[in-house]
Amino acid sequence: MNGLSLGSIYALIALGYTMVYGVLRLINFAHGDVYMVGAYTGYYLSRKLKGDEPSLLAALLVMLGAMLACALLGVIIERFAYRPVRRASRLSLLITAIGVSLFLENAAQLLFGADPKFFPSLAPRTDFILGGVRITSEQLTVIGVSVLLMLALRFFILKTRTGKAMRAVSFNQDAAKLMGISTDRIIAITFALGSALAAAAGVLIGMQIPKIDPLMGILYGLKAFVAAVLGGIGNIPGAVVGGLLIGNSEVMVVGYLSSTYRDAIAFAILILVLLLRPQGIFGRVQKEKV
Amino acid sequence: MKGFLLAAALVAVLLLLNGLFTGSLISGVSISPYYLQILSLAGINIILAVSLNLINGFTGQFSIGHAGFMAIGAYGAAYVTATFGERIRSALPALPEVALDSLILLLALAVGALMAAGAGFLVGVPSLRLRGDYLAIVTLGFGEIIRVFILNIDAVGGARGFSGIPKLASFFWIYVFAAATIAVVYRIVHSSFGRTLIAIREDEIAAEAMGVNTTRSKVISFVVSSAMAGVAGGLFGHYLMYLHTNSFTFIKSFEIIIMIVIGGLGSITGSVLGAVLFIGLTEGLREFAQYRMLVFSLLLIVLMIVRPQGILGHREFGGLFQRFRRRRLDTPAPPPVIQA
Amino acid sequence: MPILSLSGVTMRFGGLVAVNALDLAIEPGQLYGLIGPNGAGKTTVFNVITGVYSPTSGAVRFDGEEIAGQRSGRITRRGIARTFQNIRLFSEMTVVENVKVAFHCRQEASLASAVFRTRTHGSEEARVDRESRELLKIFRLDGLAGEKARNLPYGSQRRMEIARAMATSPRLLLLDEPAAGMNPNEANELMDLIRWVRDHFGMAVLLVEHNMKVVMGICETVHVLDYGSTIAIGKPAEIQRDPKVIEAYLGGA
Repeated sequence: MNGLSLGSIYALIALGYTMVYGVLRLINFAHGDVYMVGAYTGYYLSRKLKGDEPSLLAALLVMLGAMLACALLGVIIERFAYRPVRRASRLSLLITAIGVSLFLENAAQLLFGADPKFFPSLAPRTDFILGGVRITSEQLTVIGVSVLLMLALRFFILKTRTGKAMRAVSFNQDAAKLMGISTDRIIAITFALGSALAAAAGVLIGMQIPKIDPLMGILYGLKAFVAAVLGGIGNIPGAVVGGLLIGNSEVMVVGYLSSTYRDAIAFAILILVLLLRPQGIFGRVQKEKV
Repeated sequence: MKGFLLAAALVAVLLLLNGLFTGSLISGVSISPYYLQILSLAGINIILAVSLNLINGFTGQFSIGHAGFMAIGAYGAAYVTATFGERIRSALPALPEVALDSLILLLALAVGALMAAGAGFLVGVPSLRLRGDYLAIVTLGFGEIIRVFILNIDAVGGARGFSGIPKLASFFWIYVFAAATIAVVYRIVHSSFGRTLIAIREDEIAAEAMGVNTTRSKVISFVVSSAMAGVAGGLFGHYLMYLHTNSFTFIKSFEIIIMIVIGGLGSITGSVLGAVLFIGLTEGLREFAQYRMLVFSLLLIVLMIVRPQGILGHREFGGLFQRFRRRRLDTPAPPPVIQA
Repeated sequence: MPILSLSGVTMRFGGLVAVNALDLAIEPGQLYGLIGPNGAGKTTVFNVITGVYSPTSGAVRFDGEEIAGQRSGRITRRGIARTFQNIRLFSEMTVVENVKVAFHCRQEASLASAVFRTRTHGSEEARVDRESRELLKIFRLDGLAGEKARNLPYGSQRRMEIARAMATSPRLLLLDEPAAGMNPNEANELMDLIRWVRDHFGMAVLLVEHNMKVVMGICETVHVLDYGSTIAIGKPAEIQRDPKVIEAYLGGA
């Protein structure tokens, strides 16, 4: 797993965190678990669709299927768990998010079994040598698909009306409502998009590191969250930059130090960012109006 | 003096109960070891819940790292006992077994509490500057860092765990400290300092504008809370006689959060209630152990929608006591509610 | 020597200059009014004085000592207290508890004495209780002492905020639109109250207010801001006649 492909995975998940924070000011604790559900959906779909030969069409269908399923899951979570408490204190929202996260993890353990499963290989595997560095086709796929999805998201946010509405809601919900924007719909779409991207990340990870388990969302989710904070939570390009930075740091730490510190680097970066520059790389300091 | 007499009476009652439960008082009269364990663990939960509520409920600072401080207290206390226990026993051969056991336990707990307090200070000072969500994440992160750090210390067992801790903690000691925790937190909350904590919760900017040194207040309550978690940890280790870092993950922190949320943030009685309910439900659902966390997580979600203030909200003893207390202390009874 | 002096204070938020090289001086015990159209920077000046914002440049001196950029708690303990434009109460606490919080910085309380309930703790609590209730009596809130702050009617909440600020024993009191939302009767009572409090306790009062009757009625000096800059300083009668002030409020002819 090289830094670029790992970073792309983190970036995809981080985008979901950052977009939801942008519109709701909520840290969606459960987002990492949506990523896990995406991986599992991909797993079960690919078992169903798997022919004798791995095929690109099957891979595509698996990806789309997982993305759709998780988009739906995201909307359901928002509608039934978050929307009723949207007006309540930030603390209530946080507790609800923790509750949803725990629920997804435990439900997954019950439904899928706690033992790890192995993702079947979907596409033919070849290796390339580019400038003296070996890249596997899986890594290329991860990077390629991620870039495609990020570009699609960028286009959506900048060029479409819904995208503009999303940005409006993230700046000022009340003003957006006064402009006739249905904030409920926009928030639902935000959750759907973020969850779909997380699902894509889940499928991609399944293809790269075939082992998946119900608690995989915790660590990946936390690291992706660090990436979002590093880039400036609420800032979309920031999430991508943050993801790439975290991914590359992790690979470098494992390469040059030792693998026991692999998870620690993300924590260390988180603490450093929050203590030294909490608004992240691209974020602006939010001064509370007194 | 009144407080002293009350404390003495409580200690006597606990001694009596301890004797009855363990069968050491009247032969043939005891409760099953299973129920004794549940009661004892409930007592440890009470210490954890009440101490966490001081910082989360009364000061309004959302910390999800309590298990980390519990771990430090547990391992610190166990290490003291393992290292110095024998030396103390041989140094004071004249004292009876019971006295020696108690002395060692108290020493171990004191060290554990101090270490946890120190950790609380180190974590609190940089973290408490952060706002709600970020503080939660940072404390979660620190809790995990502490756990992984302990996991890598071979001197306390590392991945094998720390075994062979003498059973110095008993139902008696656990509930003595539970009562002490409740008393200390109660006194803190009902003091000038406690008022600053609640003010910080209600409006930190206004509190600061009224001359309160909010950083100092937050850090002090965080340190006190961590020290109490350390005591809970020390008791935990000396009761179960075995420690492993798996008992101190963020799941444990979440469980304590569940306890205080159910009972009501900002209510000491609520925390006690929540702690007892939690262990009651845990044991009651023992057959369905795999569904336990599922049920609890669903409960959290529903609770936040339906009754976010938990069972007791901000009240103690459910309102009745409140009215009684007010009549005793304030001279005029409050007028009927003004229509705003 | 003025009890408060601002020299060349500028407050910039990104590209926006909220306060522009402001000079201001308040004498001890003076009733000083700060007025100006909305957005003129009045509350920003308050926030700079009380340490909520650190000024981009300039000096803020209280009793001769530089206080710019210090934490607001520290500034309050030095002797400057304030109320807020949008009332900031400790909603869940009772009225008397709200006031008691403000006494904390003038108390001899330590945590250990609270936990062990020493005699000092008991006597301090009794003293604070007594003084809080006396303060509430002055503000005619003693009947509502045990009521939760959020249950109070709006006018009482505003009075309570002032009472609470008074509990810090300030030598300078900053009032941010205390008459907002009050009817003429309440505004008159407020004017008497502020005058009485100043005469009785001797502190200086800096008042931001839109209610011209209140400003012109009690302030000895009136300072007019527009777009963050001073356009006039003087006695109420002079200000009311000043053409620049009239133009700022009513627009050009």
